[in-house]
Parts: sequence; C-alpha cells; structure tokens
Amino acid sequence: MLFGWWQYEFMRNAFLAVILIMPLFAMLGTLIVSNGMAFFSDALGHSSLTGVGIGVILGLSEYKPAMIIFAIVFALLMNRIRNSRLSSTDTVIGVFSACGVALGLVLLSVSGSFSRYQSLLIGDILSITKSEIILLTITLAAILILWLICFNRFNLISISPEIASSRGIPVGLLDNVFVISVAVVVMLAIHWVGLLLINAMLILPAAAARHVAKSARSYLVLTLIFGLFSGLLGLWFSYHNSFAATGPMIVLISGVLYFVTFFLRDNR
Amino acid sequence: MKACSLHCLKIENISVAIGDNAILRDVSLHAHCGELTAIIGKNGAGKSTLLRAILGEIPHTGTVFFSGHDGSPAGGLKIGYVPQSLSVDSGSPTTVYDMLASMISNYPVFLQRRQKTVSRLRDHLSAFNASHLLYKKLDRLSGGELQRVLLAAATLRKPDLLLLDEPVSGVDYSGLQLFYNILDSLKKSCDMVILIVSHDLDFVRRYADKVVLLNRRVEAAGSPDEVFKSGEFKRLFSITDAAKG
Repeated sequence: MLFGWWQYEFMRNAFLAVILIMPLFAMLGTLIVSNGMAFFSDALGHSSLTGVGIGVILGLSEYKPAMIIFAIVFALLMNRIRNSRLSSTDTVIGVFSACGVALGLVLLSVSGSFSRYQSLLIGDILSITKSEIILLTITLAAILILWLICFNRFNLISISPEIASSRGIPVGLLDNVFVISVAVVVMLAIHWVGLLLINAMLILPAAAARHVAKSARSYLVLTLIFGLFSGLLGLWFSYHNSFAATGPMIVLISGVLYFVTFFLRDNR
Repeated sequence: MKACSLHCLKIENISVAIGDNAILRDVSLHAHCGELTAIIGKNGAGKSTLLRAILGEIPHTGTVFFSGHDGSPAGGLKIGYVPQSLSVDSGSPTTVYDMLASMISNYPVFLQRRQKTVSRLRDHLSAFNASHLLYKKLDRLSGGELQRVLLAAATLRKPDLLLLDEPVSGVDYSGLQLFYNILDSLKKSCDMVILIVSHDLDFVRRYADKVVLLNRRVEAAGSPDEVFKSGEFKRLFSITDAAKG
C-alpha cells in the first residue's frame, strides 16, 4: 500500500521530479518571498503562454527554448521597469501579467492550437520523462552552485540594496541574474506544474517557513522540508485517489502548512 | 589607530535633478579624517539625496574626490553606509548574524555557522554594545539597537568614509546618547571621514565638528556655533524647532 506506486515508471519519475523541483523552488522561493516578488514570479508564469505562442507561430517543434528566451526578456524588462520606480510595482506587474496572458492566448488562437496547449494551465507531473529529469538535475546543480557562490550577496541586496551597493556589490547585475534564474526554472517546471499553480508551489513553502524560521539557515531548511513534504505527500495522495490531480494536491498541502505555521508563529 | 586628520573628502558642485525639479544645486563641502561633519536641514532639503549622490546611486553632476594625506587621489575608497532603514519587512527571519556574515564572507549563511565568523562578529559588535543581539531577528530590534547594529555593519571593514543617514524615528534619548558616544569614540580612534545626516540638533551641537546647513544648496557651513547662530539657520528653523531638537 505504502510503496505500491514504485512499480510504475511514471510514478518513479514523478517522485524524482518532486525531489528535484522542490529544492529548486525552495532556493528561489525564499528569496522571492523575502524580496516581495510573489506577483513577479506569478506574472512570469503567465508569460509562458506567450512563449509557447511564439514557438508555435515560428513553427518550432520544441517550444521550450522559445518559452525560456521570451521569459528571460520578459523578466528583464519587467525588472527594469520595476526598479525605475516610475510606477508602483504591483501596477507594473499587473500590466505585464495581463499582457503576457492576452498575447499568448491571441497567438495560440490565431494558430488554432489553443486546445492543444491547455494542459499548460494545470500541468501534469506524471508526464515527466527521464531526459527531462536529467535536465532538471543539471538545473538544480547550476542553481546550487550559483547559490553557494552568490547567496550572501543576494541576501545582502534583499536586506538593503543601498548597503550592498556601498560595498561595491553589483546590485543591478545580481538582481538580473536572480530574475533570469527564476525565469528559467519557472519555464522548465511549468509543463509539469501548470501556470495556474506554479507560483503557489514557489512561494507557499517559503511563506509557511517564514512563520517559524529563526534565521536565514532555518528559513531555507524549513522551506525545503515543507516543499518536499507537500510534494511527496501530494504525489502519494493523488496516486491513491485518482480523482485528485497531483499539482493541486501539493498546493493544498502547502496551504494547510501555511495556516498551521501561521498559528505557531513566534509573536514576541 | 588614531585619526590622521589628513584624508579629505572633497565634494565639488554636486547637482541632482529629477526632470525640471532641482533637488540639489552646486553643493560643495570638504570633510576631513577624524572629523564628524553633520548635514542638517528641513525635510525635503536634499540631505539623503546628497548621501546617495556620494554613494553614486543616483545620477548627478559634479565630483566626489577622496584624497590621501598628500592630496593625491586615494584609490579603492571604502565606504561604510548606515541607511535610514532596511528593506526587511516584518516577519523576516533574517538575523543580525545573517546580515553581518553576508558582509564579511562568501561562505553561505544558510550553511552551518563557522565559529571563527561568530567570534569575529561578537567581538566587533561588543564595541557597539550589541554583541547580545547577534542572533536576534532584524525586525525585532528596537530603533536604537538597529542603529547600533547598522553602525557596526558599516564599520566591519574599516571604511575610509562613513556615511550615516540617521533614522527619523524609533530611537529614544538614551539610545541616541549611546549612539553618539560610540560615534565619538570611532571618530577619535579610527582613521575615517564621518558624514552624518542628522535630525537631532541638540546632539549635532554637542558632537559635530562641522555643520552643513542644506536647503537644496549649502545655506551655511562651519562650526556648530557658527551655523546655529547664522541668519540662514534662524530663517529655516524656528526657535521652537530648535528647542525640540
């Protein structure tokens, strides 16, 4: 009963996907939440529709590169306008998010292929293949190396961009490196997680961990634990209840963790 | 180490404008090592903007020149900056250790703490009466505690130039007294130029060596007595304001 799922290859692949995606989401999610960029990553997810649309219009057989390139351009542009402080951040992100979805829908409906890509909305983690798992492993290794080298600088920028800048840290460059990392990971994962829920998976474990974490270290460790717990329990639960889609189950469990930790938070 | 009094920060004709709105016009000032120079002025006078221009964070005209004791340019100017506040919001798990360790080392703060780093930070913080705050979350610090921690952070790598943007609120009188005492001992013992934007005229009068009265341009500059007795000061600050400090 407990390990019956292991006999199926798609479940083993999904299991590996969860233990690769959740650490990736934990690393990015903690900084996204600390930087107040939850809507930023949400808008980025929405832009994936346009990326796919461009891929389809260009007649590409593999639309992922088009999605990633478009998402990077989209993220850098959104970041530039966000940092110019000419308009309030939520307005800028709202505009980008809406335009990303609308343009994507127009491109896909013009090419008559919207129904084919509807699965992008909710994703399907059970469809992940071995080669995609290898790609995820490489991405995780790359982000881990980036974090080992740059985390302290990212952390300081998050605490005070002015202090970071006064110490010669290239704030603008690292900010762009961070949003590019988010863009790439979101685009790689969206096919399995779905654009409706990807942001919830990115931010919910981190938001829950913030309630109870007492340092940057425990923040990341707890986010990782909450992410893996939700991911694996969600996968197991949906296997035993075929009516429950995996992605939404994972998000629901993360949501429960968020509310439980909310009541456990240290209010002193 | 004793202050050498010979390093000099020369700010010449700094102007900052956003569109047609001139925020600073031709601001010039000289500040020397071992001196505490206070920048005072009403809200909107451009005090924080001047600090940001010196930091190179905003587009400006004019020059900022830091020279060695022989008047030659001092290369690799190290700046310590104490901002008015942090971007950390309420509920952030970031501790004082996380912030300071991020400044002195590239060893990620999400890994196991290194005893060497902990000892170094504890030693450094003790000079700021803040070693007990090492593991406290930043959002749980009082105004005075945060100010001392930020001062400790700014002096971690022995800067040549210390820029302080004093918080407007959240620090009580005893907290301010402690802060200025620490600043005074730093001034006497360390080799650095100190420039502080201050809203507390009483402390400025007692601790500053030089005062610059700013109102988008330099209205008056000199010793605290000279500036506080100037007509420009009396015009900009009513007696009630001065008494409130």
